[in-house]
Amino acid sequence: MDYDIAVIGGGLVGSSIAYGLSKKGHGVALLDEGDRAFRASRGNFGLIWVQGKGWDFPAYAKWTDEAAGLWPAFDAELQESTGVDLGYTRPGGMEFCFDERGWNDLNDCMARVRTNSDGAFEYEMLEHAELRKRIPEVSSAVIGASYSPRDGHVNPLYLLRALHQRLDAGRVDYLPNRHVDSIECLHGGFELRTNDERLAAGRVVLCAGIDNVRLGKLLGLNIPVRPNRGQLLITERVQHFLNYPTLQVRQTREGSLQIGDSQEDAGRDDGTTTEVMNRLASRAVSIFPMLKTVHVVRAWAALRVMTPDGKPVYQQSSHCQGAFGIACHSGVTLAAIHAGPVADWVAGGNPHPLIARFHPDRFDV
Amino acid sequence: MFRTLTTVRRNLIRFTLDGQFHQAPAGISVAAALLTAVRFSRRSVVSGRGRGPYCMMGTCFDCLVCIDGEPNQQACMVTLREGMNIETQTGIRDLDTGTTADMD
Repeated sequence: MDYDIAVIGGGLVGSSIAYGLSKKGHGVALLDEGDRAFRASRGNFGLIWVQGKGWDFPAYAKWTDEAAGLWPAFDAELQESTGVDLGYTRPGGMEFCFDERGWNDLNDCMARVRTNSDGAFEYEMLEHAELRKRIPEVSSAVIGASYSPRDGHVNPLYLLRALHQRLDAGRVDYLPNRHVDSIECLHGGFELRTNDERLAAGRVVLCAGIDNVRLGKLLGLNIPVRPNRGQLLITERVQHFLNYPTLQVRQTREGSLQIGDSQEDAGRDDGTTTEVMNRLASRAVSIFPMLKTVHVVRAWAALRVMTPDGKPVYQQSSHCQGAFGIACHSGVTLAAIHAGPVADWVAGGNPHPLIARFHPDRFDV
Repeated sequence: MFRTLTTVRRNLIRFTLDGQFHQAPAGISVAAALLTAVRFSRRSVVSGRGRGPYCMMGTCFDCLVCIDGEPNQQACMVTLREGMNIETQTGIRDLDTGTTADMD
């Protein structure tokens, strides 16, 4: 056997799991495609986001909250071992609302998340006057916001870099420019055929984002994900004013503003459109009018890895012992839980009690 | 510092950099003009280190200057004009006034 475990996909999900596995001493191959891949991990917004998640799915509320709770130690450990400052902070996050209906929906959503997390989720609904005390620059178009101290943000590119730096230093063979053409389930292991070689591994973990649909079929796993396009804008660096990450705008430690977020079904087209960029910019200016004179310096789109209900998928093949499929659109928020309990599970340890709730058999009718 | 080729020393136009008069050939970019005048045209707002024009094609954002009162202009993407007032940036861009403020 060449490796104990082959992880397919070198984005945030695959890298976090490979990192967790290497810490426990497993011999890991991390197979990454080239830049022809969609690379969702290089295009995301950088939120570690709890609020609102799992209002209709108690296991997801608990899973997300636990994952965010593991972040401070995960950040400290990565920073200490790599010297890369991820820019992680947890000042709490906000979502703005613009009318009575938005306020009521948000209020209802927050209350449900609190119930679903058995009271662990903390939040406040801030009316305009209270919101202004925390963010004086907010315009009168914003009638209020939900606030949760559980939320935070991070520089997602530094996160990816720190993880890869650790993989290079550890027991992981990072194998770039590998397209996995076939996977065969053999007695006691797997044989992977790539454009470059044949590899034998005891276990195989699919973390390849949208390509998990194809890879899953090779192992008889149904991983129902589709691309969901998000566009975002980056402005020039400006003086610090926004101390809280929000769903619509966040300010990086360096001073740039990131403006999102959009959700579109655009197939596999990861290009930007002026219509959506316009809408994002207008909304940001309606929240913070002084942004009107600020220049946008970059814009891009990335394809979220979306399951039918937006919740993650964690599955283990029942007929191919040692094959796992993992898919989610929250590679940043869930990074620490992927490096911890999920890595332990794919290595053969006991599953976290919530993992079974994310099996895709929930989509069966 | 870069020197201007003697063959293009006709058609010189005047601009100011932080209040000092300089001359450069008409038709070149503000970034090219800066290279004839100073080594660093700003300091990084992150590290505080000296920065100057680098890629000359709009990508690196290391040549940001304030031109005629407008901050954070990419000098390599702007053609030098007679009488331009160019100022180096000493900090991150301020939001209310559009001027710059010191980071520390």
